[in-house]
Amino acid sequence: MNNPQLNRHGELQHLLTTEGLPVSIMLDILDRASTFLDDAESGREIRKVPLLHGKSVFNIFFENSTRTRTTFEIAAKRLSADVVNLNIGSSSTSKGETLLDTVDNLCAMHADMFVVRHSQSGAAHLIARHVAPEIHVINAGDGRHAHPTQALLDMFTIRHYKKEFHNLRVAIVGDVLHSRVARSQIHALTTLGVPEVRVIAPKTLLPTAVENLGVQVYHDMALGLKDVDVVLMLRLQNERMQGALLPSGQEYFKNYGLTEEKLSFARSDAIVMHPGPMNRGIEIDSCVADGSQSVILSQVTFGIAVRMAVMSILAGKNR
Amino acid sequence: MNIHVKNGRLIDPGNDIDALLDVFIADGRIAAIGKAPAGFVAEEVIDAAGLIVAPGLIELAARLREPGFEYMATLESEMDAAVAGGITSLACPPDTDPPLDEPGLVEMLKHRAKNLHQAKLYPVAALTAALRGKELTEMAELVEAGCIAFSQADEPLTDTRVLYRAMQYAATFGFSVWLRPQDSFLAKDGVAHDGEVATRCGLPAIPVCAETIALATMLSLARETGAKLHVCRVSSAAGVDMVREAKRQGLYVTCDVSINHVHLSEMDIGYFDPNCRLNPPLRSLRDRAALRAGLLDGTIDAICTNHAPVDEDAKQLPFAEAESGATGVELLLPLLLKWAQQEKISLSDALARVTMHPARVLGLDAGHLSAGAAADICIFDAEACWRVEPSTLKSQGKNTPFIGQEIQGRVRYTLVEGHIVYQSQD
Repeated sequence: MNNPQLNRHGELQHLLTTEGLPVSIMLDILDRASTFLDDAESGREIRKVPLLHGKSVFNIFFENSTRTRTTFEIAAKRLSADVVNLNIGSSSTSKGETLLDTVDNLCAMHADMFVVRHSQSGAAHLIARHVAPEIHVINAGDGRHAHPTQALLDMFTIRHYKKEFHNLRVAIVGDVLHSRVARSQIHALTTLGVPEVRVIAPKTLLPTAVENLGVQVYHDMALGLKDVDVVLMLRLQNERMQGALLPSGQEYFKNYGLTEEKLSFARSDAIVMHPGPMNRGIEIDSCVADGSQSVILSQVTFGIAVRMAVMSILAGKNR
Repeated sequence: MNIHVKNGRLIDPGNDIDALLDVFIADGRIAAIGKAPAGFVAEEVIDAAGLIVAPGLIELAARLREPGFEYMATLESEMDAAVAGGITSLACPPDTDPPLDEPGLVEMLKHRAKNLHQAKLYPVAALTAALRGKELTEMAELVEAGCIAFSQADEPLTDTRVLYRAMQYAATFGFSVWLRPQDSFLAKDGVAHDGEVATRCGLPAIPVCAETIALATMLSLARETGAKLHVCRVSSAAGVDMVREAKRQGLYVTCDVSINHVHLSEMDIGYFDPNCRLNPPLRSLRDRAALRAGLLDGTIDAICTNHAPVDEDAKQLPFAEAESGATGVELLLPLLLKWAQQEKISLSDALARVTMHPARVLGLDAGHLSAGAAADICIFDAEACWRVEPSTLKSQGKNTPFIGQEIQGRVRYTLVEGHIVYQSQD
């Protein structure tokens, strides 16, 4: 089966998932992202560059998002692209146009690139299969499946603070079952050579056979966080209490919320990350979120540079 | 009309025949095998040299989409497709709109099918009114109207007392109850097998226990009520084990599997291929191996197509939103031959699973070519290769996981009651 995100020369055609993304392309994205930072230490990005001048980037969001859409918009504008934002809100099953009809209409408006978020796994693949070969698709989150730019900005952040991947122990904590971020992080970490990736969650929040993705499974924070270098927290959505997956937010926080006490099991120089938006007091304690080991705000800044890198590579322009 | 089918290799699993024998047909029936009866004058001769002459295939689950879903397919298109696939008798599930829960609907469907002069149609009626799982249908009336069994199709029957009563009532008259084992709570929102692929793709999953829990319920109730139970579309290794054990204990139970599940697994979903969005979901490779083993040891009696034509638009959606189902009647024979080749079993053994075994499930004296039997015959070229393309399928549904594949085995003639209802053009 052809990898749907690469063209026949093995170059990046779409960014749909970190699964099966060659390590060379992943590193290329991270390296390119650092060229967009004026001063890597302070994390300031450089001013506007004309790499996507004359190109149209359509942000089509079938699911609400503020942060991801905004960072994509800023990234595209820094690259001098024309940006159009469409918040379609509901899924394609609601009355009206189908997903592909919407896409066809936007193609007719001469879109060069689509940034897509959708509540259904596989939506970005469907669009990528459908569009003409000169159009690029970036998956900004599809159902529970993938969120590759989030994972790549996480990798960028990890590399920024830890320099290397091959000597790290990384723990992903929380609702892995429903998380596209977790899936993309797992594939990115294993591809970049992180020797030990752990997931920590109750059994109700872990998908079947998750260990086949190359992770070690823990149900206990003290054991799971022991000696880790990086803690990747996941967002817990409130509706999980309804589906009999969890009894209450309080009980979850008691067992799996990241507190200073639990963080003390990790290495003293461990960094704490979260894709946002955070539920303080549910999955993470404010002391930790705002503490010295938290790099959560750096993630957001780096996110713009990483998205600039992905867009410029897709557009085939060298700086 | 008198027809002489000559020079063909006759394979009739029901009579344990596999030999070069001519078939003589008169008045819609098999007049003789081998030697022409005295005074037989053929009005038509079919030269079957190099071809296989077999009983017409009998299909247990072909959705014809009428009434109510004519935008997906019509009786005409799907009956056309069925005979092109060598099928001479077919059962259709009751999940139409309205569902087949009234004698009038069944009579109308049978009448319309009869006027098409193609395959014989055996409707399976709804077990409960409107398939809602609350009240019983008028079973005796429905049988009089031409139904051969009762089922819930893919609709849930969560109230076990209703199921208990329905099976008791059916058992009173000796009617068969066909049930697809799937617990509706465990399967809620699920679109793929709860395994490696659903985990990787982030698809809502259906665990195997959704099948085993429902199966345990229906087997217990069959034991309790004495109803004749047919288990539709078993999909898991654990499910096959339960049916095997029930049969060993002497329970009256039969079982079928869809040909898709004989060949495919969750892996075939690949990058969200909506053609692999099927009901029940494609399961693991281990489950597929168990289904094949269950077929070989007789735990699974019959192979069916689970034919469910879907319109193109309904498949051009993200995987979970795409309509489930695939077209299948034209692919049954080639996929059966492929299975036989892979398992190294005789053509006769393979054909038994789509002729005499499903006939037994239906309670019909059919699926064999004994003298005096109805001349329902499929004549095919086991070697001919063809490519599955929208243009090569007569079914209005063009979606199948096998689209684009080269397959072997092509029907040349289909006869129903001695009439040539299909003859291939190539």
